[in-house]
Amino acid sequence: MLLIKCPYCGERSELEFSYGGQAHIVRPLIPSDITDEALTEYLYHRDNIKGVQAERWRHLHGCGRFFNAVRDTTTDHFQATYKIGEAQPASGAKSDG
Amino acid sequence: MRLYSGFALLKAGFNGQKNWQSLWRSPEPKPAYDAIIIGAGGHGLGAAYYLAKQHGIRNIAVLEKGWVGGGNTGRNTTIIRSNYLFNESAALYDHAVKLWENLSQTLNYNVMFSQRGVMMLAHNVHDVQVFKRHVHANRCNGVDNEWLSAEQAKVFCPPLNISANMRYPILGAALQRRGGTARHDAVAWGYARAADDLGVDIIENCEVIGIRRDATGAVEAVETSRGLIRTKKLGVSASGHTSVVLGMAGVRLPLESYPLQALVSEPVKPVFPCVVMSNTIHAYISQSDKGELVIGAGTDAYTSYTQRGGLHISSHTLEAICELFPMFRRMRMLRNWGGIVDVTPDRSPIIAKTPVPGLYVNCGWGTGGFKATPGAAHLLAWTMAKDEPHTINAPYTIERFRDGYLIDEAAAAAVAH
Ligand SMILES: Cc1cc2nc3c(=O)[nH]c(=O)nc-3n(C[C@H](O)[C@H](O)[C@H](O)COP(=O)(O)OP(=O)(O)OC[C@H]3O[C@@H](n4cnc5c(N)ncnc54)[C@H](O)[C@@H]3O)c2cc1C
Ligand SMILES: [Zn+2]
Repeated sequence: MLLIKCPYCGERSELEFSYGGQAHIVRPLIPSDITDEALTEYLYHRDNIKGVQAERWRHLHGCGRFFNAVRDTTTDHFQATYKIGEAQPASGAKSDG
Repeated sequence: MRLYSGFALLKAGFNGQKNWQSLWRSPEPKPAYDAIIIGAGGHGLGAAYYLAKQHGIRNIAVLEKGWVGGGNTGRNTTIIRSNYLFNESAALYDHAVKLWENLSQTLNYNVMFSQRGVMMLAHNVHDVQVFKRHVHANRCNGVDNEWLSAEQAKVFCPPLNISANMRYPILGAALQRRGGTARHDAVAWGYARAADDLGVDIIENCEVIGIRRDATGAVEAVETSRGLIRTKKLGVSASGHTSVVLGMAGVRLPLESYPLQALVSEPVKPVFPCVVMSNTIHAYISQSDKGELVIGAGTDAYTSYTQRGGLHISSHTLEAICELFPMFRRMRMLRNWGGIVDVTPDRSPIIAKTPVPGLYVNCGWGTGGFKATPGAAHLLAWTMAKDEPHTINAPYTIERFRDGYLIDEAAAAAVAH
């Protein structure tokens, strides 16, 4: 089981969190103004990266707040967690193992 | 290819079972092929076989970064059924079940397809309503599926605990008698042997690291760990790694890759006659012919390429198994492992042309594509050979998400095994 560091509460067990998928996907301000392709991209297409990716998490059974994380999907190692609205921290090596 | 038979086995017995041929050659890659398939799982090997057998294309290679059947084909719990809700799904999965029924004869290789029945348990009113709806929808589509009371379910599967004071009592079950299991490795090996016999080059330890396109944008070659190989027809059947491979050609997909786990127990004498699935409490169980209980767990909650999975996921499944079958409480688990499954938003697969000319994809089978192996293989081969889909896979495009024609088995079943 993973330990995940909530930016508000500190390290807690993975079971307290829920996963929210790829981070920094911006909701179109006026969906009716964009093309079907752009809406498909927003709704369905995902980077699904093998390596380091930014993703959304929620400390569901804790403070309940959303935050972002940078995780390596080849090791599940969390490189950083950061608050919503903060910029994605520069990640180190592509993979740590 | 030397044919297998009872007589051949007997004859080889006089020589101490020596001198059996290896099932496929290990050729060096040629500089060019008429068609290349990426991924030597059951789907990719089967597609190569059908391309050679039914479409007359003989100069084919299957490129595999690891070994034949080392992906999800060799990691799955082998549940086969076709009682899906929607018309498109019933057509697709039943196409596969019909091919399974003759596959051992077709390939001259015993894939140990065993129609021992797949029983899905209903634990609450919602389950009962959903399963009855499935039974009726399946009947309209000519797919067998029947409703059993809890007592009838117990008769079909005697180890089942149907007492009323369980945490998740059993209110009934849906049974597909034509469903069952097959031997996972045998499917990959059988297709590999038959494809090799038709001249297909199966190239293991050959990872595709790039896809080259010509000035018109069409596929012209793949870059691999064993050099550049040219082709104008490229089929991708890379399951959990499909996003990575199609990313090499700039194609975006509605996929996310998750670890899915399974476990086997120590082998015991035959105790378990069928396959039992519980979507509600996430447990799937059958007994292999070797005697191991084969148990399927759920996916992790987050995407990953680690090919393992959280221990709490498998322990949760074992708790459910122990409650459903109290006699298994003292069984010891022998091994557990994970595979990376490619999941679409509607939990239905994609078998289609891509926006790149000459590039075809078979993916999105997620947690439940083993059952479809012969069908998916046949349809991918058809689509590659004719450059257009078969009527069965015509709805399974990438564009269905843009166009709003989802085949929403996710909403219909919540879990898709
Ligand atoms: C634990 C578990 C239980 C499951 N249980 C069931 C079940 O009970 N019933 C069911 O129907 N389905 C089940 N599934 C799903 C099923 O296993 C898959 O949908 C199916 O086997 C996919 O077959 P495939 O041939 O497409 O993929 P795979 O067998 O995964 O083959 C893909 C191959 O592509 C190769 N590859 C990837 N990238 C590259 C590259 N760049 N270059 C070269 N090769 C590459 C991989 O090494 C792999 O061998 C389960 C899956 C898992 C993990
Ligand atoms: Zn918190």
